[in-house]
Amino acid sequence: MGRLHERLCEDLRCLEGLNSCMNCGVCTAICPSAEFYHYDPRIICDTVQSTDDELIEQLLKSDTIWYCGECMSCKTRCPRGNTPGLLIMALRKLSQELGYFTDSEKGRQQFAIRRVIGDSILTTGYCMRPMLVNPQNHPEQGPVWEWVYNNLTEVMDKVGANYMKDGPGVLRQIAPAVLAEINEIFKVTGGQDFFQCIEKFSLDKANEMGLIAGERGSDNAYFSEVYTKNSGNHH
Amino acid sequence: MEQAGKKRIWGEYQKDIAEDHYFYVRSCIRQTFFPGSETTFLRILRDELFKDVFEDARHTTCTGIGYHTDIVPFETTMTIAARHFALMTEAGYVNFVPSCVTSFGIYTEILDTWKHFPEMEAKARDFLWTATRREFKVPENLSHTSDIIYKFRNQLAASSKHHLIDKNDGKPLKVVEHIGCHYAKMFPKCGIGGAEFPAVLSGMVEAWGGEVIDYPERRHCCGFGFRQYLIRANRGYSMSNSKKKFESMQPYQPDFIVANCPGCAMFLDRWQYTIAEMEGTTYNESGKGIPVLTYEEMAGLVLGYDPWVMGMQMHQISVEPLLDKIGIIYDKKDKYLGSKGQYIGVPQQPLFLLQ
Repeated sequence: MGRLHERLCEDLRCLEGLNSCMNCGVCTAICPSAEFYHYDPRIICDTVQSTDDELIEQLLKSDTIWYCGECMSCKTRCPRGNTPGLLIMALRKLSQELGYFTDSEKGRQQFAIRRVIGDSILTTGYCMRPMLVNPQNHPEQGPVWEWVYNNLTEVMDKVGANYMKDGPGVLRQIAPAVLAEINEIFKVTGGQDFFQCIEKFSLDKANEMGLIAGERGSDNAYFSEVYTKNSGNHH
Repeated sequence: MEQAGKKRIWGEYQKDIAEDHYFYVRSCIRQTFFPGSETTFLRILRDELFKDVFEDARHTTCTGIGYHTDIVPFETTMTIAARHFALMTEAGYVNFVPSCVTSFGIYTEILDTWKHFPEMEAKARDFLWTATRREFKVPENLSHTSDIIYKFRNQLAASSKHHLIDKNDGKPLKVVEHIGCHYAKMFPKCGIGGAEFPAVLSGMVEAWGGEVIDYPERRHCCGFGFRQYLIRANRGYSMSNSKKKFESMQPYQPDFIVANCPGCAMFLDRWQYTIAEMEGTTYNESGKGIPVLTYEEMAGLVLGYDPWVMGMQMHQISVEPLLDKIGIIYDKKDKYLGSKGQYIGVPQQPLFLLQ
């Protein structure tokens, strides 16, 4: 058993997700990602089960672990109750802790998710809210959403929301004291350190690629690169 | 098979749903895309069913999207959840009711983990106390909001103004029901009917007069995939999975799709528009697309609520053909007006989807 395998086994999701895989491939048959990407959850189980650090390191540095959609359809059908999707979550965590995620195109996307979703949680108390779904970045949302986006206060009023106001209700403003509690939880539980870890390795990679990442936000070259780059070599 | 054996097997697919006194927690996605559905849920519970529902303004995200995009560690997510349980405990409630299916999955995962690893629950208590000086009790009942509507579906049917029936020929409407993956695929015992025979939406549809379509890709994911949608470079994954479902359901010519997960409802609505723009394909004979409803909107229509007060003008696929088929009277001019009846512009017309 190697060092990386030991680290993986410290994650409860690895313990819960893999009992003893017999390589039947039912998970691959039902997996939406296996149908779209060059991806095979059966091989993920096989690699982790091998305890071979060299293979695990390759996996941690690859695009492969970032193809899963975490729908957890694999859990439903596995005759042995394994969940490759949970293994993926453990692998992604370790890949980020070790900085291996910046070695792959899909892994580098974690920077954009950290900047958008991570900052949204800490500054607004929501993973997402309407202002985050800018029609410019989300043309697939269509013209009705663009109309909603341009008339947020009026539309939200009409449907009974409490948009950006104090008190309970739909899309209320989260009070500063509440945000302070959320930030403190991130600090105490390691969430803040993990954000900083993603930032640090991403900034190193941005430097190596000669791209500016800035201190915050999405208005920088490295963000654009990881958010839009698709080499087309994933299928 | 003997009756007792049948009972035992189906017993595994049942779920206890609290009768009253709910601590309600909102959804980031549902609030954003279907704000009127949350308002409608509360209206149904309070005004139709006379239930006690409590909401605390200090509730926040469960971090679910951050957790499933792998930027938030489990320890952080479980402590945020513990804080929500603390708010419930402080308010004197024991029945926890999340609006979001991702959140529902998060809470089921956390409670299951605490059962298998009690030391993790102890850790969550320590973290929460250190960070906020709060304490909590584990909920006695965890039900998704769609579970609650399912539980009272027959009572709601008794006070319905409309049925899911085509007023022209009296036949049941053909309905595609889509269950969010995280409702029961991870923890089948936490969903009505489990992962293989989920009845939470089909039970509502049938109680209100509709007919459920059993099509090949009925249980396939909508394609959200978290990072697969949030990052622009990955969105082909998301759309392709919805496309697979549309092609599978198309031969059955559904009158509408209903979902219990807000993300699924949004994607199944928006990807129809995108696919139409990209290749000119629409999935029903009229060229208008298949309307996609939340279960709260479906319930609200049955109860005679105004579709525009419920926010159905926020859908990209027009709902009017469905309203007409059921025989619902609505004000066409009011659809895109503001809350005080003021003109606030209208959305541009799509290239292919007829409005």
